[in-house]
Amino acid sequence: MTAFQDFSKGLFKENPIFVILLGLCPALAVSNQVVNALGMGAGVIFVLLGSNIFVSLLKNFIPEKVRIPSYIVIIASFVTIVDLVLQAYLPTLSDSLGVFVKLIVVNCAILGRAEAFANRNNIGRSILDALGMGIGFTLGLVLIALVREVFGAGTITIFPMGSFDGVIRIPGLVDAPVMVLALAAGALLVMGYLKAFFNWLEMRRKGVRA
Amino acid sequence: MTYIGIIIMFVFVNNFILSQFLGLCPFIGVSKNVDSAIGMGFAVTFVMSIAALTTWAIYNFILAPLDITFLQTITFILVIATLVQLVEMVIQKTSPPLYKSLGIYLPLITTNCAVLGIALIAVRSEYSALESFVAGIAAGLGFLLAIVLMSTIRERMDREWVPKPLRGTPIAFITGGLMALAFMAFDKALLNNLVG
Repeated sequence: MTAFQDFSKGLFKENPIFVILLGLCPALAVSNQVVNALGMGAGVIFVLLGSNIFVSLLKNFIPEKVRIPSYIVIIASFVTIVDLVLQAYLPTLSDSLGVFVKLIVVNCAILGRAEAFANRNNIGRSILDALGMGIGFTLGLVLIALVREVFGAGTITIFPMGSFDGVIRIPGLVDAPVMVLALAAGALLVMGYLKAFFNWLEMRRKGVRA
Repeated sequence: MTYIGIIIMFVFVNNFILSQFLGLCPFIGVSKNVDSAIGMGFAVTFVMSIAALTTWAIYNFILAPLDITFLQTITFILVIATLVQLVEMVIQKTSPPLYKSLGIYLPLITTNCAVLGIALIAVRSEYSALESFVAGIAAGLGFLLAIVLMSTIRERMDREWVPKPLRGTPIAFITGGLMALAFMAFDKALLNNLVG
């Protein structure tokens, strides 16, 4: 497998959210606004990168039997870094992500990569894998958040810059949004229909009649 | 808040799966038949109640007095992982039939966000020891309720025709979404009317 494939497989072919369905619990909860999805995505990329690097470096030193707890400690350390940095520099984002920043620890996508990739590959490939998977996770999450926020609230919230308050309002939708998509139920519905859409695309590509 | 209030809140109003998305992986993964859903539900309830109590003790007797609460995440996940192992060993020794029915689900529980979730939420809400324990049981029962309802629906759906792209997980998510809509009937206002 080439270096490019190490990176690109996480984006589409093995997308953690839509293809292997990992790491959903902390993901769906923060998909109500695009800015939260981006924040969560950045956190996951950082933790994934850190854990993949360390697991790959330490793979010859960690005894086989205690490898899972060791990986969890590595992951938890990076999650704590993300949590403290967010609290210090981006308190509003930290508040809106709430308990879900800490819950990145149990994001199965991260432990999954440590177990399935980083502990049997060198550091270079592990970094590429982490970046691909992390960016794929963020893309999936932002897609869900985009659908939910655009239709559920009629806005797109990104970072405030200068005189721009960070909220793009979509004429027509902002006055009469599809409220249900902004609620908890909306996350599950959007996830289900998006997954079905990707299944349909895949079937069409393979030439199977739906 | 009263104990009844905590129970109603975690079973219905803030149902872990249907309003907080905690424990979504087993909700989709282990809900294909009713028996395994019940087994998973009870295993989770059991571990959550003990985990809530243990992490409460660790937070209030070790982390808070030593002023190292920033180690919360690492400590909690290690405690939960150890606890799950311990529970597994104890059940295996004392009750082989129970082990046979719960055993296969126990290792999965370590990475169940719901368990770490209740530990973190109980600390955040500054619950007492007993309140944490009750919240753990209630949140577990909420999980059990949701996963059993889901598995009964899925067993029926197996016999129905579903469009091909929707088969498997997509229809499960959509079913979950509709259940979440139904659970919206249990809201904060209802809770206030019931327990004041």
